[in-house]
Amino acid sequence: MKIHEFQAKELMAERGIPVPRGEMVTTVAEAVAAVAPLTEATGNPVVVVKSQIHAGGRGKGRFAEDPELGGVNVVLDGIEGGVEAAKRKVGELAARMLGSTLVTVQTGPEGKVVNRLYIEQGIDIDRELYLSIVLDRSSSKNIVMVSTEGGTEIEIVAEETPEKILKAEIDPGLGLLDFQARELAFGLGLAGTAWKNGVRFIKELTEAAVELDTDLVEINPLVVTKAGDVLALDGKMSFEANALYRHPDVQDMRDLSEENAAEIEASGYGLSFIKLDGTIGCMVNGAGLAMATMDIIKYVGGEPANFLDVGGGADKDQVAAAFKIITRDPSVKGILINIFGGIMKCDTIAQGVVEAVAEVGLEMPLVVRLEGTNVGLGQAILDQSGLNILSAKDMKDAAEKILEATRS
Amino acid sequence: MSVLIDRNTRVIVQGMGKTGRFHTDKAIAYGTQMVGAVHPSRAGQTELYEGETDHSGVPDRSDGYRVELPIFRTVNEAVAATGAAVSVVYVPPPFAADAIMEGADAGLELIVCVTEGIPVADMVKAKSYLASRRTRLVGPNCPGVITPRECKIGIMPGYIHEAGRIGVVSRSGTLTYEAVHQLTQVGLGQTTAIGIGGDPVNGTDFIDCLELFNSDPATEGVIMIGEIGGTAEEEAAAWITENMTKPVAGFIAGTTAPAGKRMGHAGAIISGGKGTAADKIAALEAAGVRVAATPTDMGATMLEAMEG
Repeated sequence: MKIHEFQAKELMAERGIPVPRGEMVTTVAEAVAAVAPLTEATGNPVVVVKSQIHAGGRGKGRFAEDPELGGVNVVLDGIEGGVEAAKRKVGELAARMLGSTLVTVQTGPEGKVVNRLYIEQGIDIDRELYLSIVLDRSSSKNIVMVSTEGGTEIEIVAEETPEKILKAEIDPGLGLLDFQARELAFGLGLAGTAWKNGVRFIKELTEAAVELDTDLVEINPLVVTKAGDVLALDGKMSFEANALYRHPDVQDMRDLSEENAAEIEASGYGLSFIKLDGTIGCMVNGAGLAMATMDIIKYVGGEPANFLDVGGGADKDQVAAAFKIITRDPSVKGILINIFGGIMKCDTIAQGVVEAVAEVGLEMPLVVRLEGTNVGLGQAILDQSGLNILSAKDMKDAAEKILEATRS
Repeated sequence: MSVLIDRNTRVIVQGMGKTGRFHTDKAIAYGTQMVGAVHPSRAGQTELYEGETDHSGVPDRSDGYRVELPIFRTVNEAVAATGAAVSVVYVPPPFAADAIMEGADAGLELIVCVTEGIPVADMVKAKSYLASRRTRLVGPNCPGVITPRECKIGIMPGYIHEAGRIGVVSRSGTLTYEAVHQLTQVGLGQTTAIGIGGDPVNGTDFIDCLELFNSDPATEGVIMIGEIGGTAEEEAAAWITENMTKPVAGFIAGTTAPAGKRMGHAGAIISGGKGTAADKIAALEAAGVRVAATPTDMGATMLEAMEG
């Protein structure tokens, strides 16, 4: 589960981890009102107006309605013009940003509507560093990764200068040890006060990550100020879904407006659904088989409209819900149902499909491929339904049939 | 011959909820020697399983079965009383890692964890706990392990399997069934099929299984089924290049999967840009693995690999 930057910073601040001062706003008036208290408290006339969306690359991103305007804007007007000038500029920016669509490398071309801004104090940056805490699947341990190349995407650093990434393994029983934090801070080239602050930052952020069951914490950039302070200028956190039950406070931070409505609805029925760009809707049991079904649609020349795993023990209601979610997508021109019955019996699925079609109606081709437990019974139910359902003998046959049916 | 489990394997079950009871019944019907169960508050009782024998399983049995499964307070007590060396875990996610560690502490040789949805942090701890112990963990979030006609541990449908020549190892459940079904249809059958599970932190990996199959005289070839994410397939490919003496076929799911969905931002970084289906397929093919172009061709591809 993803959260916004302002929420990640809230979680950090609650744990004593240094972050810039800032305020989340949803209206122009709130944005303007946030300026004076910030500049008064910090003594810095510079403020930053940051779009809050669940996607990275905001600084380089541009608004669809306003292609000159980036997703993160530093307001310098206060330096010469005083707080009133800063307020005017913030108000003007907020009016242009709120409600507009920000397109970044991570949002895709459709972009995301900005409903929230974070008004943050300006910082006298001396150095920009990188820090993240992630699971290393090869060692089955969480690791802390740091780099001197803050502000650059870490994938690029890993590709071009992998020697600039330092890693330390977090012991599952003991946590990150003090000497590891010291080594990482030295590795970042920190000295004196900045080094001490860096060690503390690394230790405390690691403890927070472990406590909160994050699956990713990424601070890029982690900045060192001219005064030697170390703080999180940006903050990205996401959480492991399986552990969310332990963190109701984090669950409350979920922003449903940032997620796909159909995906939210599907998850309510215990279905795993991901919207894609193609025209062939699919319904499959099992994640691996669902991916393989998408692959084979593509292999025969089609494009899958979604990933949909109904799970190992889906009932008729879930099948009906899945059917409705797929058919509601206007780009779907045909549906492929692929079931390998194990625990889930083919007749249960067939019954669910027939009932769903009776309820929702069927105005597009439907190919069903059943295999496994009670396949004969399932096939008979489909055959006797009187519905216009095409049967397939295997996955490739199913993919070819639905492609042909949607083309004619 | 087979790997991990055979007709002599004695199994206890941890987690006696609806799922655990359902699959315990199916395992007994198949012919698996289920010898006990663990439940902290129902110890001393027995649980009755009776029904019709699944004749696709262990051969030469009567048509019905009736087993009174004894329930113990702890895994230690169950092992002491039954001599079981293997457990299957159906414990709900919040408690499953603890169940695994309890099984390891009791000295079990093998724990098969079916449970889906265990917090990663719990598995990181459990895996660290297992590192200094002799217990092998298969899973979690897996269909289990089956040696056809001998022993079935997990949730896979028994009847699609047939005793034969191929070792199967897979990260996916239903895709394994698909592969197994095709191997049965083309007449190759299986020595043992191992579901290693779809979680980022699991007990047994591809390399462990390849090693087992490579040393098993009855296994003549191996099919491995991977999917996007992590680098387990690439690591397996490197191992195959160095060590594998038997033909290997493969399939990788997720060629069309979009980046960034459920795939951690950092997974690719740690592995230096690896983790896509294309990378995995390339690594496997470079190691001489014959990779099926579509999931429909898995059986035929294995046959081709066997023929050289």
